Amino acid sequence: MKVVAILRNPRVAFGALVLLAMVVAAAGAPWLSPHDPLEQDLLNSFQSPGADGGDQAHPLGTDSLGRDILSRLIYGARPALIVAFVAALFAGLIGTALGLAAGYSGGRLDASISRLVDIWMSFPSVLLCIVLAAVLGAGLHTVVIAIIVIDWTRFCRVVRAETMLQKSHDYVSSAVTIGLGSVRIVVSEILPNVAPLLLTLFTLEMGIAIVVEAILSFVGLSVSSGAATWGGLIQEGRLYVNQAWWLMAAPMACIIVAVLGLNALGDGLREVIDPVKAR
Amino acid sequence: MNALLDIRDLDLTLDGQSPLRLLRRVSLQVAPGQIVGLVGESGAGKTMVSRVVLGIAPANTRVTHGTVVFDGRDITHLSERQRRHLLGREIAFIPQNPMTALNPVERIGPQITDVLRMHLGLGRMAARDRAATLLREVHLREPERILRQYPHELSGGMRQRVLIAVAFACKPKLVIADEPTTALDVTVQKQILQLIRELQRNSATAILFITHDLGVVAKLCDYVTVMHGGRVLESAPAAQLFASPAHDYTRALFAATPRFDRPADELKPIPAALTRQLGEEARALDARDAQ
Repeated sequence: MKVVAILRNPRVAFGALVLLAMVVAAAGAPWLSPHDPLEQDLLNSFQSPGADGGDQAHPLGTDSLGRDILSRLIYGARPALIVAFVAALFAGLIGTALGLAAGYSGGRLDASISRLVDIWMSFPSVLLCIVLAAVLGAGLHTVVIAIIVIDWTRFCRVVRAETMLQKSHDYVSSAVTIGLGSVRIVVSEILPNVAPLLLTLFTLEMGIAIVVEAILSFVGLSVSSGAATWGGLIQEGRLYVNQAWWLMAAPMACIIVAVLGLNALGDGLREVIDPVKAR
Repeated sequence: MNALLDIRDLDLTLDGQSPLRLLRRVSLQVAPGQIVGLVGESGAGKTMVSRVVLGIAPANTRVTHGTVVFDGRDITHLSERQRRHLLGREIAFIPQNPMTALNPVERIGPQITDVLRMHLGLGRMAARDRAATLLREVHLREPERILRQYPHELSGGMRQRVLIAVAFACKPKLVIADEPTTALDVTVQKQILQLIRELQRNSATAILFITHDLGVVAKLCDYVTVMHGGRVLESAPAAQLFASPAHDYTRALFAATPRFDRPADELKPIPAALTRQLGEEARALDARDAQ
């Protein structure tokens, strides 16, 4: 399928645009942001968006220490994107591997993996995060690990179900009757058929990871408050919400747009790639 | 008889709260180079016989009695690894529905070369050349182009030809064809049957041909086995079976088959009394074997 044809779907186009904007912001943060995100300007604290800040312009205003909000938002795209990508990738790898194994082999292996997933999902995830943070210490790596540990089950369940469906198709028994081994069949016959679904899940998971990262930043389990994260910005802004509403509104808008975009991308891709729906 | 495939007293049981017997002491022989037709109505157990031979019987079924001997070797309870050496190389399979039997997201090329590279140890280029030759042998034009195409770009008949090419790729001793023409329209059916016949003559491969189409059996097969309710009712050379069927059910089956040279009102459904009698016989058999 041609890339142009895929981008013709409005949801995919919107999502791709959001993702592209995030990548550009994260990669080009030093050049794009008007100020250093940590640079303080105590004389110009709590500037409202668009206000004339003397010789230094702050399009989205400043916070309690006079730091430029726009710059902090642009730098905040970095942890958001890193967490979204790395966490979704590893959660996807673990979940897919176990899901394929469970779905294809069936029997006892399937039963044990499925029960493990059930038990795992019944465990309160916020509690799990806090326990992990206590063990690993606060930081970006904790956020990533927490998301992987919690969300691999999401991939596992969906991939298992899809693998079982694919296994019942004739092309799999054809592969058996020409003497292909199980591993070979799973990797080179079934996995490509599950791939479109994985792509969808992956983008959706990226959206979820951004929200989780924001939540963990908000409760202070992510990177230290000096560095800019969207969740951290919300948490800082909360203290001054009566004097400076934009401190909270701006990062919230970023998160909403990012998650909306990634969800649209996932849904759109599912629509476009699914051959049944596409026709 | 020096059979290539020798199935003796095979029982297949579906596990469950009340185990169900799917095959009842099925015996069947296929001599080298012979085409044996396995006929019967839906649910007779034809496909299950083939699945046991191929080792792809459903996971909740078990062979509870009897043996399957292939080329002098007992293959009833082979491990997956041992069976892999056999499948595709010595025993090949032509599936029923060509529309679903090819991997939809993989090009035709690798789907043919897989079997060549694995069993014959051919390199990438050699396997590709061989695959093109195979496609020519099943009378597909522009094989190079087809190798680069995806299954959805081919018609049902073309896909079935591809699958036949895969089946005959390693010159197997036995090909099991499970209703290979059922999913195709009539004109294509005829071409596919001619193709199977031609390949069989050229390679002296034995074929176990599963079908419910007696017309096909009459044209193609040397030997016929009739199944009903999981058991074999009659086995005979094709000419003899059609001239003088020994079993009531076989006669009823013939009377229920539409033919051009007979008026349609001569068609008779299989009598309910006969079906009932066969059911009782099967139960009696189960009671006897359970002891």
